[in-house]
Amino acid sequence: MSNLRKAFEKGKAFIPFITCGDPDLETTGKIVREAVKNGADLIELGIPFSDPTAEGPVIQSANARALAGGATTDKIFDLVRELRKELTIPLVFMTYANVVFSYDSERFIRTCAEIGIDGLVIPDLPFEERDEFLPICRKYRVALISMVTPASSGRIAMIAREAEGFLYVVSCLGLTETRDGISTDLASIVRAVREVSDVPCAVRLESSTFEEAEMAAHEADGVIAGSPLVKLIEHYGANAVVPVGELIQRMKNVIR
Amino acid sequence: MYLRGWKTFLTESEEFFCVYGGAYDFPAVLYFFYSLEEAKKTFFRLLFPGICSGKKREGGDSMKKGRFGLHGGQYIPEILMNAVIELEKAYEHFREDPEFVKELETLLHEYAGRPSRLYFAEKLTRTLGGAKIYLKREDLNHTGSHKINNVLGQALLAKKMGKKRLIAETGAGQHGVATATAAALMGMECLVFMGEEDTRRQALNVYRMKLLGAEVVSVKTGTATLKDAVSEAMREWSSRISDTHYCLGSVMGPHPFPGIVGDLQAVISKEIKEQLLEKEGRLPDAVIACVGGGSNAIGSFRHFLADPQVRLIGCEAAGRGIDSFETAATVNTGKIGIFHGMKSYFCQDEYGQIAPVYSISAGLDYPGIGPEHAQLHDIGRAEYVPVTDEEAVNAFEFLSKTEGIIPAIESAHAVAYAVKLASSMEKEKLIVVTISGRGDKDCAAIAKYRGEEIHE
Repeated sequence: MSNLRKAFEKGKAFIPFITCGDPDLETTGKIVREAVKNGADLIELGIPFSDPTAEGPVIQSANARALAGGATTDKIFDLVRELRKELTIPLVFMTYANVVFSYDSERFIRTCAEIGIDGLVIPDLPFEERDEFLPICRKYRVALISMVTPASSGRIAMIAREAEGFLYVVSCLGLTETRDGISTDLASIVRAVREVSDVPCAVRLESSTFEEAEMAAHEADGVIAGSPLVKLIEHYGANAVVPVGELIQRMKNVIR
Repeated sequence: MYLRGWKTFLTESEEFFCVYGGAYDFPAVLYFFYSLEEAKKTFFRLLFPGICSGKKREGGDSMKKGRFGLHGGQYIPEILMNAVIELEKAYEHFREDPEFVKELETLLHEYAGRPSRLYFAEKLTRTLGGAKIYLKREDLNHTGSHKINNVLGQALLAKKMGKKRLIAETGAGQHGVATATAAALMGMECLVFMGEEDTRRQALNVYRMKLLGAEVVSVKTGTATLKDAVSEAMREWSSRISDTHYCLGSVMGPHPFPGIVGDLQAVISKEIKEQLLEKEGRLPDAVIACVGGGSNAIGSFRHFLADPQVRLIGCEAAGRGIDSFETAATVNTGKIGIFHGMKSYFCQDEYGQIAPVYSISAGLDYPGIGPEHAQLHDIGRAEYVPVTDEEAVNAFEFLSKTEGIIPAIESAHAVAYAVKLASSMEKEKLIVVTISGRGDKDCAAIAKYRGEEIHE
């Protein structure tokens, strides 16, 4: 069984999203360790990009802070290499196609495999373009995570059938975090996936309400929390480690 | 698979026409034809494996939908995929629909004022003492630039698709003004994204858009220029697809935009060809246009692509010089990457972070270039030359004084190179320069560049 599937073996998975280097890489390392302690089942690590076109203002600012703080792809690889010495938790990178491509796609994905990254989430790589990285990901056994959205009608079966690791469900129409509440058709998205695949579905939460987390966990196999955590980091900076850990613990308890 | 250094040629002998292609002067493919038409078809097929049909191609990873060689593609969030598929289907349908074609032709003729003039700049030619210079006067179109050609087509298409709202990005404001105009004409809502920096240097155009009933959103993220306006427009489209069409202003972004915008702007070179054949009885020796995303340049080049004797020259904004960090000359200083939905050349750092580019011209101040240009560069069919702020401002003033034509600062980049080139060419040679827009909007900024403050 792949490391990613293990995240979904012990009930509903809780997946925190953290932008690496926000506000600095040392804090990111501490937050990752704290997240593991507080019940995270898988961690999505964002490699910052100058122009994150699929993100709303909260995560855009996190990207800008991380780049201003000097985070680079190489330094993030070093951080993961260090973390892997003590942590076995499944880890995926979230970043934009140009970050992978400009590093030399093969070199990037080979390094991911070497340092123990289990999957890649690339928001500007739709199903139609996945051949850009898929053959290399298969070669190095790094899962290329697929996404579905409420605007994916007619495409969900096609995407789910070939999904690897887990399926990333963007819960409401629009960019992450700009709309309140959970999309009503989450249930129908998950149903459409279930018709063709048993791949675990993880839903990206858009707000920090526990009701939303609970509802998402009711339908899906896991929840991904991005902006609620990033907002705490924005507020507390290097002192965000404890509050982020507490929020993770509370959310994990809610979805359990 | 197309390699860098690959070139495609069409030559003519007494008995036949020959089309060949290869890298480093070694013909890897070679075809002979008795008819020029057949030869041209093959030449085009070699030149553009991706665009001749919008159909998905079999085979390798560089042969997907909407590819120009290895450039182009659809690198966008999943949430927008159904929107671009819907747009592609609608475009494929309506471009063949005689009623749509006729409606668009009428709009271009009656409303936009096409065909635009091909003007022989006699005084300019005499002053330089070299090749004959013709100016393609896109500045005389309604709204003052070539942008209206694209916008009328897309707005009409959006209307046929049942969309009620147009959104757009704009740099210099020319595309925003054109979109606001089309929205007013067709009774649609309009929202324009413009970098905060650009709303300052193009304040007149902001007012024009508002006057036309559009809402202008000042984008403060990133470098607060054109690239951030594009990102913001993409975000807006993601959050509201059903009633909204994203009226993209250049030959860039995900498929099908580069193809659609290129087709709609191709009217420029179609007219140049007809007009010059009528005036001179032959094709030009060179066609020169400025390039940001590259829509007026693709428009100016498209109908000459299969005429290898015509030099095609795109003028990039070099800002303070291609050796400085303050430049927007993508082909000359960038490298291949994936951004804003397409694979193409981009100004970026070693980790793929998009560079904060600079040019005096808000319309050319973009870190990428359309994928069709990237392909034309790769196969050597078009040349891309850098022109600095200083050269462009000189040309802006020179054309105003010599011909009484104030070009947009964007177009002045093309004029600057034409001035250099014409002087080095023989008198019987012909150059066409596309004046993509008029320069009224730039007067305050150029005055400031020269150390003069204008108060209205």
